[in-house]
Amino acid sequence: MAVGVLATLAAGCSGPENDQNSLRPQGPAADRIHGLFVPIVAIAIVVGILVLLGTFYVALRFRSRAADENPKQIHGSTPLEIGWTIVPAVVLAVIAVPTVATIFALDDPPKGDDVLEVRVVGKQWWWEFEYPDEKVVTANELYIPVGTKVRLDLTACDSSLGAEGTASYCNVIHSFWVPELAGKQDVIPGRSQGLTIEADHTGTYLGQCAEYCGLSHANMRFRVIAVERSEYDAWIREQQAGPAVPLNRPAPEGETGPPAGEAQDLVQNTFACTGCHVFDDAETSSYGPNLTHLASRETFASGSFELNRDNLIDWVLDAPSMIPMESKDCRLPPPATCVGMPSFIKDTPEPASEYPVMTRDQAETIVDYLLALK
Amino acid sequence: MATATEVKPLPVVLRRPRATQGFWSWFTTVDHKKIGIMYSVTALAFFVIGGIEALLIRVQLAGPDGTLLTASQYNQLFTMHGTTMVFLMGMPLAVGIANYLIPLQIGARDVAFPRLNAFGYWVLVAGGLFLYSSFLFGGAPDGGWFGYTPLTSAPIAAGALPGHGPDYWAIGIAMLGIGSTTSAINFLVTIINMRAPGMTLMRMPVFTWMMFVVAFLTLFAIPIVTAALIMVYFDRNLGTGFFVGGVGGDPLLYQHLFWLFGHPEVYILILPGMGIVSEILPTFSKKPLFGYAVVVFSGIAIGFLGWGVWAHHMFATGLGPVAISAFALSTMLIAIPTGVKIFNWLGTVWGGSVRLATPMLFALGFIGQFTIGGLSGVLHSVVPSDTQQTDTYFVVAHFHYVLFGGLVFGIFGGLYYWFPKIYGRYMDERLGKLNFWTMVIGFNLTFFPMHFLGLWGLPRRTYRYDSGMGWDTLNLVATIGAFTIAVSTLVFLVNAIVSRHRGAPAPADAWDGRSLEWSIPSPPPEYNFAEIPTVHARDDFWHRKYTEDDDGRLVRLPAGGAVAVEERPTGGDDGGHGAPGGEHIHMPSPSFFPLVLASGLPFLGYAAVWKDVLWAIPGAALVLFGMYAWAMEPPTAEDS
Repeated sequence: MAVGVLATLAAGCSGPENDQNSLRPQGPAADRIHGLFVPIVAIAIVVGILVLLGTFYVALRFRSRAADENPKQIHGSTPLEIGWTIVPAVVLAVIAVPTVATIFALDDPPKGDDVLEVRVVGKQWWWEFEYPDEKVVTANELYIPVGTKVRLDLTACDSSLGAEGTASYCNVIHSFWVPELAGKQDVIPGRSQGLTIEADHTGTYLGQCAEYCGLSHANMRFRVIAVERSEYDAWIREQQAGPAVPLNRPAPEGETGPPAGEAQDLVQNTFACTGCHVFDDAETSSYGPNLTHLASRETFASGSFELNRDNLIDWVLDAPSMIPMESKDCRLPPPATCVGMPSFIKDTPEPASEYPVMTRDQAETIVDYLLALK
Repeated sequence: MATATEVKPLPVVLRRPRATQGFWSWFTTVDHKKIGIMYSVTALAFFVIGGIEALLIRVQLAGPDGTLLTASQYNQLFTMHGTTMVFLMGMPLAVGIANYLIPLQIGARDVAFPRLNAFGYWVLVAGGLFLYSSFLFGGAPDGGWFGYTPLTSAPIAAGALPGHGPDYWAIGIAMLGIGSTTSAINFLVTIINMRAPGMTLMRMPVFTWMMFVVAFLTLFAIPIVTAALIMVYFDRNLGTGFFVGGVGGDPLLYQHLFWLFGHPEVYILILPGMGIVSEILPTFSKKPLFGYAVVVFSGIAIGFLGWGVWAHHMFATGLGPVAISAFALSTMLIAIPTGVKIFNWLGTVWGGSVRLATPMLFALGFIGQFTIGGLSGVLHSVVPSDTQQTDTYFVVAHFHYVLFGGLVFGIFGGLYYWFPKIYGRYMDERLGKLNFWTMVIGFNLTFFPMHFLGLWGLPRRTYRYDSGMGWDTLNLVATIGAFTIAVSTLVFLVNAIVSRHRGAPAPADAWDGRSLEWSIPSPPPEYNFAEIPTVHARDDFWHRKYTEDDDGRLVRLPAGGAVAVEERPTGGDDGGHGAPGGEHIHMPSPSFFPLVLASGLPFLGYAAVWKDVLWAIPGAALVLFGMYAWAMEPPTAEDS
């Protein structure tokens, strides 16, 4: 029965299946960490219970019964004190050996031709994923083939943020964390850090920025989507293909479908979306997420919202009301203070001729165009 | 006096104030006991303010998608909660208790530098007001109490943290550091130079010992963070690039500097708690501290090793496996002296005659809860598992077990323990026990579930979380726990305020104590000791009351100790004036200038924040006037 109770307790402690649970590892790195963590926690729990019981015991067992008790005056005991110096030292030594071994094991970058390399750029407050060999840039949803080692090269600096050698070239510190696949790795401006992830099973694994990075730190989420190799290859091919509707394509005569021509004017000129986003080139990084294949994603805004027409229309009109951003002046030319995506209907800059307020019709036109970008 | 006519009278501004009673005397006092009370009351006020910030945070997080606070407000609140609890509550509360007690425990009449002591306090007030004024003028700090660069050091125009919050934070913490440094120097000199005859280092009470270690840590840690903060300010306002990646600076440099301060700071916070517990346990067990020397050396070892573990706050930054392993091992090492202390405390209670009065309950609570925090700390030294836990609620649970379950419980125990010494009246026992048990329940309800929340994937410093992640219930439990703590704190405050005037009168030796503070009246006279005692043993006062028979059992001496000599009616509010034999003792005169000097600092702070030299004029005037007048005022009040 005790085993049953313990098993139930362990299952209860493993917690919810929320795809972001460090106690439910789904890949080799997370497994290895979990395998180290569990026995050490067990030791810690035993020690903790013993000390707690000891505390209760001495307090109750030696509780004074009469005011004039004369307890024996013990000033210390060298053997005992040496004993309880050495015993913890031995326990810690036992813990130290696998700890150091695991530190070195996890630090080893994987070798071989089948290792997939992805460059990860932390930006406020979203993640850009660049597949250098495949020449694909995407945002917030990292596709990986199941059972394959993926070596991440994490950085906070990119020329899409500012010119190299200037302060704006690098963003603030972020931390890349997909609990079910690996421990976290901070993303430090000016440094490039490595992390290996691998998923044992297909599925979606949630990740979240774990280093405080300003206003919308809580919303800087992402997902790792592990799919079968064939599905991954198909996804890469889809991403490598040019935009479904090239931005500069004139609206074809008599053809139904997305009116790229009208949308083009809106995104390039009227609202200058192209100042921050790329619409028709899946190879290029940009200040805001690359939108060339936006419609192939499940979510947008760092995994905050399901990708559908209504959500996108609300977002295009007034993003800061959905996710807090320091973006009031983002439509103004530099050096305006700006982080994020501006609202196109609230607090728009003057003059209105230069910075028009977006109508719902215009937003629908833009979103229909975006949804055609498979 | 005949010579007085030959001396030119001093200008009015340079005459020393004389009042040692009444409202205004609190602004000029240099009495370590009054300053100790002022520190403690101010720190408790900040405890309440920081607690209210915590309650707002917990209401916001009680359920998913909390809407009480905006993201910006939440970020300001968690930053100010941490900053307040570390710099405005934890450190000054320990300094307050130490201020009151160190001279009493070592048999001195005051600290070495009474005016510097007052100055340290007024810097705390000035720095605290300056930091909190940011809520009204320019926005409160919102970069976290740790203030990682480049988030905090990026210029305002970069938009990383708009508003002047980080400027207030950098300047405010640097300002508070001035006070911490002066008080550390003061404690060091006091303890080294002013011990009563026979009070060798290894006869000192453990609380004084631990404050001695803390003063060293403070003296050497504060300059490091001050340098880092100045660099943050320069990066942010003057275009330097100390912490800017990609242009030759390095954000990680800041983390090394901050935690090289920040980890000793953790021990600056916890060692006073350990000292208090080491005082309470023997008294309430009627036994000497088990292995005094080992407890003291463990405290020194913790303080020393505390300098070699800073990078365990940076295990996810990619320092490389060799450095990481070294810091993992040094972190494990620090668990050994910590464990020794816990076992020695249990050994102290073992076989004693245990009175479970409120101070003892808090001390026992400290042992249990600090152990849990210590064990989760050992888990963090297991680096691979730390990379899952760092920056999650698991860490929030860990350090609250250490700093709340440990430090705050220790300090509450100390306040119950020394309250009768300070005011001559006991705090109410029934309210005390209510305070203790609601605190234990509330504390564990709040912070134990956070272990799970962190392991289940909830990062820290997030103003909202999604529903459907399985985090809702435990967050709600934590919020209920936080309000239980709030109720418990109210019970404490009511108890303290009521007992101050209506508590049961306490004799000088309120708890059958062991150290010198119990040998003098409660409240102590201004001069503490009518006659400086000569110390013959560790726990000297105890040995005046008791001896041991051949079996090592306690035997009360017939005289009952020397306390009767100085016994007098207690419970009075006269601060000990008019006590027999005290009139001829000359005490340091009050002074205006510590307050004047400290009051210039916020103006200089505003000058730095707003980059406006106009603010610097009154600031510099007050500081310079305060400094020179301090130097030139006569050593004592005239006609005194």
